[in-house]
Order: sequence, then C-alpha cells, then structure tokens
Amino acid sequence: MQLLGSLLAEAATPGDMAAARTQMAFSLGWHIILACFGVGMPGLTVFAEWRALRTGDPAYGSLARTWARAMGVLFAVGAVSGTILSFEMGLLWPGMMGRFGDVIGLPFTLEGFAFFIEAIFLGIYLYAWDRLPPRVHVLTGLPVVLAGVASAFFVVTANAWMNQPRGFDLVDGRVVGIRPWEAMFNPATPPQTVHMIVAAFMVAGFGMAAVYAVGMLRGKRDRHHRLGFLLPFTAAAVLAPVQVVVGDWAAHFLADYQPIKLAAIEGLEHTTAAAPLSLGGLQLGGQLRYAVEIPNALSLLAHWDPNAVVIGLDRAPAGLRPPVNVVHLSFQLMVALGFAFVLLGAWLAVVWWRRRELPGTRWFLVAAAAAGPGAVLAMEAGWVVTEVGRQPWIVYDVLLTREAVNPKPGLLAGLVILLAVYAVLTVASVYVLRRLARLGPVRAPQEEEPG
Amino acid sequence: MTAADLLVAVLWIGLTLYALFGGADFGGGLWDLLAGRPERGAAQRELIEHSIGPVWEANHVWLIFVITLFWTGFPGAFASFAATLYIPLTLAALGIIARGSAFAFRKVTAEFRQRRLFGAAFASSSVVTPFFLGTTLGAVASFRVPADLARGDVLGSWWNPTSVLTGVLAVLSTAYLAAVFLTDDARRAGAPELIAVFRRRALGSGLLLGVCTLIGLPVLQVDAPHLFAGLLGPALPVVVVSVVFGVLSLGLLAARRYRLVRVTAALAVTAVLWAWGAAQYPVMLPGLTVPAAATEPRVLHLVLWVLLVGAVLLVPSLLWLYALFQRERR
Repeated sequence: MQLLGSLLAEAATPGDMAAARTQMAFSLGWHIILACFGVGMPGLTVFAEWRALRTGDPAYGSLARTWARAMGVLFAVGAVSGTILSFEMGLLWPGMMGRFGDVIGLPFTLEGFAFFIEAIFLGIYLYAWDRLPPRVHVLTGLPVVLAGVASAFFVVTANAWMNQPRGFDLVDGRVVGIRPWEAMFNPATPPQTVHMIVAAFMVAGFGMAAVYAVGMLRGKRDRHHRLGFLLPFTAAAVLAPVQVVVGDWAAHFLADYQPIKLAAIEGLEHTTAAAPLSLGGLQLGGQLRYAVEIPNALSLLAHWDPNAVVIGLDRAPAGLRPPVNVVHLSFQLMVALGFAFVLLGAWLAVVWWRRRELPGTRWFLVAAAAAGPGAVLAMEAGWVVTEVGRQPWIVYDVLLTREAVNPKPGLLAGLVILLAVYAVLTVASVYVLRRLARLGPVRAPQEEEPG
Repeated sequence: MTAADLLVAVLWIGLTLYALFGGADFGGGLWDLLAGRPERGAAQRELIEHSIGPVWEANHVWLIFVITLFWTGFPGAFASFAATLYIPLTLAALGIIARGSAFAFRKVTAEFRQRRLFGAAFASSSVVTPFFLGTTLGAVASFRVPADLARGDVLGSWWNPTSVLTGVLAVLSTAYLAAVFLTDDARRAGAPELIAVFRRRALGSGLLLGVCTLIGLPVLQVDAPHLFAGLLGPALPVVVVSVVFGVLSLGLLAARRYRLVRVTAALAVTAVLWAWGAAQYPVMLPGLTVPAAATEPRVLHLVLWVLLVGAVLLVPSLLWLYALFQRERR
C-alpha cells in the first residue's frame, strides 16, 4: 500500500529532479577523487618520512616533503569540495534529510570529529616541519592517516544505510524508534566501507605512481623518481588482488540483500536458474544483446552453486527497476580495470623477483602511467554501479528519489552555475598540480618565511 | 535543561566558534582584497597568509560540525532551512570552494600573474561567502523560513532588509575580528608598520560595525518586530554585554592593548550571536519550538555523549595547533 502511495505521489518536475541528481553525482564524483588522495596519501608520505628517519636516506626525505606539498593542495581542495556535499544533502534532498537526518546523524557527527582531527594534524604536519623534533613530526602524521581512514568509514556507512536502511520503525509513515548504531552498522556497511577504503588507497597509490611513471618516460631515471614510483605503486598493486576478493564479497552481499541491483549489474531480465554470466552487451528492447555468455557462471559466482536461482529484474515492478545499461557497463568497466591492475602488479612482481629491476620495456611505464587515471575511472564506475543501481530509490525500498528532491524551482540554474565553477576549479587544480609535479623534489624546508 | 536545549547550546557554541575563527579567516581575505597594489600590499598579504595558513582548514570544520549537528538533532527544521535557502547556501558553498582552493593554489604558485589571479579569487570569495551565510541567519531570525519545506519563498526569504543587514554585519564582523587578530599578529612578528595599518583597520571596521548595528535596530523593529522585542526583552542583558565589550574593544585598540583586545572583540561578537539566540529562544522556525523540532531523546542523548567523548580528543588537539603557531619560533 505504501508503495502504491509512493508511486501516485506528485513528482517533482522531472527536469529539476534530473538536475539535482546530476549535481549530486557530479559534485560527489569530483570530491571523491580528492578524498581518495586524502585517505591514501598521508600514509605513504608518513611512511617515506619514517624511512628517511630510520635510514638517513635523503631520497626518502625529499619524497616525503614533495608529497606533503602536493597533499596540502589536494587536502584543501578536498575539504572544501566535501563541504558542498553536506550542504547538498539538505539543498537537493530535503525530503530525505527531513525524515531521516537523525537516523543517519551519528556517523556524520563522528565524521565531523574525524575531519577535525585530520585538519588539525594536517595543519601541524604541513606547517610545523621545522618547529618540531623529527620524531615528533612524523608522529603528528599518524592522526592524519587514522582520521582519514575513519572519515571514509563514517561517510560510507551513511551511504551503506541508503542501501540497507535499518535502525528505525515506520509507523503510519512516521519515523520512530530510532536506533543510530543499528543504522550505522547495517548489513551493507562491512563490504561497502572496506571496498571503498581499499579503493581509496589504490587510487592514491596508482595516481602518485603515475606522476613518476610519466617522469621516467621522459627520461628522468634518478633515484627520486624510481623510489617515488615504486613506493606508491607497490602499495596499490598489493591491494589490487585484495580488492578483487573484497569486490566479490560486495557482489555476494548484493545477491542476498539487493538482488535487483545485482540483476541490473548482470543485465539479467528474468529470474533464472543456472544463470549465465554476461560479458559486455547492451540492453535493447528489454533484452541484453551482443553479450558473451559463460554458462552457469553467474549462479556459481553469486551463490556458490552452478544451478542456483538468480533473481532477475522481473521481480521488481516495472517502475521500480534501475536503468540496466549504465549499471551493467560501469560494472564491467570496473571489473576489467580491477583485473588489469592485478596483471600489472604481477608483471612488476615477476620481473622484480627475477632481476631486482623494473621491467625494461617502456610499455610497463606506459601502462603504469595509465593506471593512475584508470584507478580513478574504476572507482567512479563503482560509484555509478552502487548509486544508479539503487535507483529509483534514494533510501532502498523506503523512499523514492523523486520524493526526496527539493520541490523548489530553479535547481537547473543552480546546476549550470555549479558546473561553470567546477570547470574553472578543474582547470586550476590540474594546472597547479602539473606545475608542482614539474617543480621536482622539495629539498628546502616546508616553510618559506624567515624564522 | 532538556537534551534538546543542550544540543541547541552546543550548536550555538559551534556557530560562535565558526563565526570567530572561520570568520577571522574570511576577514583576512577581505583585507587581502583591500591591501592595495601588489608591491605596497605584499607585506600585509604575507602576514595574512602566514596567520591563516596553518589553521583555516581546522577552523572551517566548525561549519560542517554545525550543519551535521543541525540535521541530526532537528532534521525537519534543517530540511526546511536548506530547501528554502537553497540559493544563498549554494552560493556560499561555491564561495567556500573558491576561497579554500584559491588560497591553497596561491600558496604553491610562484608566478606573479597566477598569484594575483588566485589571490583575487581567494579575496573576493572571502567577502561573498560570509555575506550569503549571514543572509541565511537573517532569514531564520526574521521568521521567513517556514517549518514546511515546500512553502518557503526561495528569493524573499533571504533577500529582505533583515537578511541583507545580517549579511553586511557578518562581513563587517569578519573584517573587524581579522583586523584585531592581525594587529596582534603583527606585534608578535615585530612589524610596526603593519601594526599601524591593521590597528587603523580594526578601529575603522569596529566603528562601522557598531554604526551598522545601530542603524539595524530600526530595520529590525519594522522588518522583524518579534526579534526586536526579544532583543529588548529577555536578551537585553546580553545586548548590553555586547555593547560594553564593543566599546571597550575600541578603547583598548586606541590604548594599543592588542593582546587583550583579541579577547574583548571576540566576546563582543559572541554576545551579538547569543543575544539573537536568547531573543528567539525557544522558537526555532515560526510555529516550531526547540522541543517540538528535536528528534527522539535516545538520539539526542547518544549524540551528546559522542560530543563529550569527541571533545576530549578535539580540545587538546585544537589548543596544541593554536599554541604551536601562536608561539614564536626560536
């Protein structure tokens, strides 16, 4: 009955709703790249600084300082581009925040503290390099690392809640009996948070390594570049196979808890026993065409049983199905890239094991340079899968996106202004980061002002 | 005092700290804008960059803290607030992005032309952002945000005499606080010519702030009579405190007591915010009181406990940050 009521409810104008979704997707997709560096980069930087302290090797020290300088820029842009998201929760989706803001408030309150700790200690880490003894300084980096991971965890629990809303009761449409811990630790929380945190380290690692891969392709083969490449690349490459396992866990989770999303991912129209796995293909006229099918593989992957029944899109009413093509293709892209990262890491591992040397061919460095943007692409594709795959729900099975959107006119104008600002921001960020990369290693102290 | 009252008090403390610390960072941007030609203003801009560089990101978190606490404790009121004030909040958020990014970009850029471009973006967004944030406070204070998120006026709610007044007062407060703090920073840096510059600015912006507040009272009487009545009623003692500290601060500036005026100027601005809160309490939005807007007690209690535990981590860290950069480097 409630479902029917939802379907019949007056919808916000479709144009404004599309604008709101685009704005959220765009600003979130933009911020999350910076957020990944905010989570992953401090760990690698602190590690390099610690190695410099332990070994006295100046190459590590200059790497740490170089990364810290870039981190200062990335963190600043990440912090402010994250702020608009907390605004947008209310500006664009007041229908969700008005009803459920208190249900998901706990992780955001915790995230506030984590962000505080991160910002405070990053300020100390970046600016007090020469005000603190070296051993104390390296320790001030640790809260940044921990708080960064904690921030990611808290925020993703809120998104997990949108997939698996728990911790409240609905009585005549009213939200009562709120249990914040239960909301925070919902069934989607473990796979989603682990998947995202690992992804953040991979994006940061491959992204940082890509800068040095490009430098080496341009002939800069000194120790600074080799170390600057190897350290982040190894960290990310080690995580690549881990991420395959975590991703499999996330897919199993979907099979049990959000089968319609999995059906969209696989382009599975009809509930099928012994379902095949479809590679590629496009949904046309309600059917997946041009896909390569592997018999029984989907049933095997989803339920560990080649003959298991896999739920198809037909289990959801026609108006409550997510769009298939974008979810299906994004998923395939993410998985393909994920396996490519595993192979790339294996390539380095084999050559290193035999010769203690980087692969001699330029193609390895070309591939490693591509892995930087590739990791970003895979992460974004993953977010498309989880967000678009949940549609038309904003809170799965509870609240439709179109019921949550701000009913005010003019959201489209807001989107246009926002896109213009972000276009400038993107150009400026890329320009500044490229300049920083070309400046080369930092050897002088972080602070320029006279003591 | 109920849990809801306690949470409102914490929210107000967060708002106050954002106004004081985040506000001063915005004010630094305003003085950067007015520092004059590149050669002449270089010393001032350097002092401003030096003062806000290590702390602005931490100071900025108070805003996020306030927003998330708002929706956690009072979700319905937050939804109405955000949905109705969609325009100024979007503009403020974009201003925040421009300010922070441009500041960080300028810091790592060496070329004159780029530095000037990023500097202009940093400085102008430092003025625009507090104005729009200020208008949203005026919208709430003048009861123009209805408790129903569909009914608010997207334009009139924040483009009206009270909102424009609060927007202007917000900008002037940031300018005043920044000038006061920078005067003391200049003293510590041992730069007499900068002390003179920022002292002059602190006196000027302080006087202007006082005058605008006085001009604002008749505006409030006509445009927001309930607020005016509240300011002269239950909030009157706090208003008096604000006036006393405001006048005292100007006197201390004249007497060159820069360290002390940091405190009194902050207290004057604090008292203005708390006077508004006292005048409006317990009404949050028209027809919606604090207890009615609050979520279930179980959530309130949990959040208050989390805040207490979080404060144990946060307060020493913040104090260390400020102490580290307020101390002279030997």
